[in-house]
Amino acid sequence: MKFTLSWLKDHLDTDASVGRVVDAMTMAGLEVEHVEDPGSRLGAFSVARIVEAIQHPNADRLRVCQVDTRDGRKEIVCGAPNARAGLTTIYAPIGTYIPGSGITLEPRPVRGVVSNGMLCSAAELETAEESHGIVELPDSVEVGASAAEALGLEAVIDFEVTPNRPDWLGVAGIARDLAAAGVGRLKDLAVKPVAGSFPCPVEIRISSPEACPMFAGRVIRGVKNGPSPEWLQRKLVSVGLRPINALVDVTNYLTHDRDRPLHVYDAAKIQGGFLDARLAKAGESLLALDGRTYTLDAEICVIADASGVVDLGGVMGGESTGCSVQTTEVFIEAAYFDPIRTAETGRRLGLISDAQYRFARGVDPGFVVSGLELASRLILEICGGEASEVQVAGAALTPPAPVDFDPAYVHRLAGLSIGHEGAAEILTRLGFQVRPHGARLMVQPPSWRRDVEGPADLVEEIARIIGFDALPSTPLPSVTPPAGGVLTPRQARVQKGRRVLAALGYQEAATWSFTAKASAELFGGGHDALVLANPIAADLDCMRPSILPNLIEAVGRNAARGLHDAALFEIGPVFSGDEPGDQRTAMGAVLASHPARHWQSDAADDLFKLKGDLLALLDELGAPTGSLQIAQGQASPWWHSGRSARLQLGPKTVIAEFGAVHPRVLSALDVKGPIYAFELWVEAIPEPKRKGAKTRPRFDVSSLMPLSRDFAFVVGQDRPAGDLVKAVIGADKALIAGARVFDVYQGPGVPEGSKSVAIEVQIQPREKTLTEAEIEQLSSRIIAAAEKACGAKLRS
Amino acid sequence: MSDLSTLESELIAEIAAAADMAAVEAVRVAALGKQGQVSALLKTLGAMSPEERQTKGPEINGLRDRVAAALAERRATLEAAELDRQLASETLDLSLPAPPRRKGAVHPTLQVMDEMIAIFAEMGFGVAEGPDIEDDFHNFTALNFPPKHPAREVHDTFFFKERPDGERKVLRTHTSPVQVRLMQQTNQPPPAPWIASGQTPPIRMVIPGRTYRMDSDQTHTPMFHQMEGLVIDRGIHMGHLKWTLQTFVERFFEIDSVVSRFRPHYFPFTEPSAEMDIQCDRSGGEIRIGQGTSWLEILGCGMVHPNVLRNCGLDPDEWQGFAFGMGIDRLAMLKYGMPDLRDMFAADVRWLDHYGFSAFQAPSLATGLS
Repeated sequence: MKFTLSWLKDHLDTDASVGRVVDAMTMAGLEVEHVEDPGSRLGAFSVARIVEAIQHPNADRLRVCQVDTRDGRKEIVCGAPNARAGLTTIYAPIGTYIPGSGITLEPRPVRGVVSNGMLCSAAELETAEESHGIVELPDSVEVGASAAEALGLEAVIDFEVTPNRPDWLGVAGIARDLAAAGVGRLKDLAVKPVAGSFPCPVEIRISSPEACPMFAGRVIRGVKNGPSPEWLQRKLVSVGLRPINALVDVTNYLTHDRDRPLHVYDAAKIQGGFLDARLAKAGESLLALDGRTYTLDAEICVIADASGVVDLGGVMGGESTGCSVQTTEVFIEAAYFDPIRTAETGRRLGLISDAQYRFARGVDPGFVVSGLELASRLILEICGGEASEVQVAGAALTPPAPVDFDPAYVHRLAGLSIGHEGAAEILTRLGFQVRPHGARLMVQPPSWRRDVEGPADLVEEIARIIGFDALPSTPLPSVTPPAGGVLTPRQARVQKGRRVLAALGYQEAATWSFTAKASAELFGGGHDALVLANPIAADLDCMRPSILPNLIEAVGRNAARGLHDAALFEIGPVFSGDEPGDQRTAMGAVLASHPARHWQSDAADDLFKLKGDLLALLDELGAPTGSLQIAQGQASPWWHSGRSARLQLGPKTVIAEFGAVHPRVLSALDVKGPIYAFELWVEAIPEPKRKGAKTRPRFDVSSLMPLSRDFAFVVGQDRPAGDLVKAVIGADKALIAGARVFDVYQGPGVPEGSKSVAIEVQIQPREKTLTEAEIEQLSSRIIAAAEKACGAKLRS
Repeated sequence: MSDLSTLESELIAEIAAAADMAAVEAVRVAALGKQGQVSALLKTLGAMSPEERQTKGPEINGLRDRVAAALAERRATLEAAELDRQLASETLDLSLPAPPRRKGAVHPTLQVMDEMIAIFAEMGFGVAEGPDIEDDFHNFTALNFPPKHPAREVHDTFFFKERPDGERKVLRTHTSPVQVRLMQQTNQPPPAPWIASGQTPPIRMVIPGRTYRMDSDQTHTPMFHQMEGLVIDRGIHMGHLKWTLQTFVERFFEIDSVVSRFRPHYFPFTEPSAEMDIQCDRSGGEIRIGQGTSWLEILGCGMVHPNVLRNCGLDPDEWQGFAFGMGIDRLAMLKYGMPDLRDMFAADVRWLDHYGFSAFQAPSLATGLS
């Protein structure tokens, strides 16, 4: 919403500056977005007078002018046909940036004559879209005056109107709030009716009262339409509107001045002598005043005459009944159109107009007839003519219900102290009617404040007019935070997981929760329930089933910039359905290992590095890593079938999957592999059992010397080494403290189809040192267990 | 006498000339070995008269001791030289690079989220969460956005396709639906253990999470992070709101006095509603908090609307309180100086390296947040 200070002063008696007005608006809740101040934009330009203009010696179309300026007399070369002695115009000194032509003036000879500045056209000042010749000002304007002042340009205040305050879409409404906030005195907004001298010849009907509860109108005959008077044109131009003709300009003026959209019809073109507010019939269409034809449906409210639709009610008029300079008989429509339907119509037709915007937010239902009278008065004043009687169909909406208000509530809710009188005074200034009601107040909101429903709304009105600066700053009652911290174990795990992975060398990314449907499908997602109806981009149309597709694509984007080495992770939501319980928190990581070449050989295998990182993470998160099963070859289909596994506590408690990403998936995502990755689901990790207990289990170590023995087993090459280790450990749970693979070998000495797995077994005697015989016995048990479980033979 | 001193000089000279351990050993054998010259002299002592032995004994023993000491010293010298040679041969060029090590990082948005949680935790706030895919009731209706209310339009909502039962899910446009989940008095368990469920006041919670709006430019992205706050108790008024947010802002920006102001605004779910601005300086092309004369909007807030309390089954005559919501990414940008919101979600490894945080920089009020 835009307005100027002088327009505001039509309704507000004040000597406040633009700055003061802007501050007051801001602190009263009208959020000023922008102040366009031509005074500062055109600060370098000033009024000058041409004293002499002679033909340029070397150019037919140029004149060399002697000009009186605020910098003294200057010789200036000018190409405008109207550059003549005695003309008062606008001058820009050397060094000025000319907004309309985008150049900065330099002292440069023009065909041999140096021009010491420039005389400007309206287009060069950007005060008009086009212009012929330089600006012509009345002789009365003094040399040296500021251009903005001489041209009558004013600062334009542009602010955002919140949806609750449609009354701020009129300058009068802004004036009312500013008066209440102490910026000035509100002028009388009352409207004097115009007496009609004949019955309205156009009959008004409402066939669809839910879409148009009230419709008033009258005819003025014998009008002379033409350009609006200068004051009106200037007002419209000042807020960026184009003057059309007086009849139309009056409606646009009142739309902005009083938030009262109106429409004018050429009454001679109305067929059948009636206008009916009804719903459109499917298939009807209208050529509207914007030159476009709109096809309508039965949800759209229209005004129709005997020929059919002539107006999109509250949105835009029709071409067939529009007013032109030939119009001599005008019908003025003032109606109240249902906000929700008008908003829907705007969306359905893709048509937003000043009127539509206001009706959609809700205009003052109490100002329908007053708006009509105000328009009549202006039209009679500008175009002359004779007014009919006012005809009204339907009735205004019932006013908002009165609010039973205890001013002590201002203190309870806002912490501000105010008495009955103070509260009543502020509310009265805002247009509320206040009367005593026992120990309380009965407050009747004005018709234009349909947002006020209860006492809390009145507290806001009072607090914002007093000013939020007056609010006290009151410490919250102190509470003792829970001794165990405020985070749930799961929340603490998420915070910790982030730092563990960063410490392990992964960079945390935050990627969209959505991905392309095709990418989601690669990871078991893409269900209809998770596809957005209105995605922001075609490749962000589906909620992600996994964090991995986005991370893999991020690897690809980095690689495309030449950054091939990436270790990324993300902790965030993944979705298997659209119910709240279908959302899980995943920790996903990808490793695209292209480290800088190193002068030493580095044998570390990246997939096992990633496995180690995953286990370290799980350990830090307090997962029962000791009881985790590694189910190789059972991970989801987006993994490399031979190089992936699930980490699970049981078949139904899958905690994570890891491995190499399937090459088919990588090529579908257009990313070069190999890429190793894991994804773990935070909620799948069981919560620690001994919650609250901080003491650790007893430190129980044997004083007996541990010993170790190595075994090399030959097993089938497909047999996981993990099975062998498990069997070995199981041979004597009391004595065997651990077992670890330290070599895997295939080749000469080992039969074809087999491999040799060397395992170091740590033995911890518990009660006494073991004798050689006992160790031999234990070794036999180990060998037997390995054979039984895996068919392993001790390598000879 | 002169024989002994000649012998001593000769032996000492030989020891000094011994170039390696073998030469030292040869001198030792020649002097102190079984057949050695000094050993031979020692053997003569047995045949001497006691008087003679009394004078010769100390001389010969003294010779033996000095030769032995010279040998030991020479050995030590040679050993030291040998070790020096060995160490010299083991020289490594330490200007060579260490093996490459990836430097991990915590994302600035999530770092800032942890900072904010640390501040609010100290003020007694817990942390609640809710689902990203919401229903109309939680995202709008319960928050006093009636169906088709124009305030819904400002939210640029992402919708899912209509389900067979006619319901249309949305991506939550703010973290405020979790307010409803926290306040709504139901007897049902939450849909998942991590999702907030109805509590009996007093309530003091912050709600961090992802939020979504159809928007994209330098300061808007279709997904962003918000932190909501909710305090419900008896006797909580706007003064408490003001104190809480002023305190938060000072701790967050780690500046002892940040000048702030509250401006009236409109949100359907709060009444009165406000936006909080902080004073800053924009003159240098970048924003400096805590100086200057410009204002910068940083959050929206207000007293929870009585309709919202009623929609959740709380009696507005008994319970009241405040709520606030702020953009976590935006606060991160303001505090740490990232110019473009979109970069936050691009996962550019150079950007993450530049703006990321060390794993060990866990926010703590004890050390200062950052």
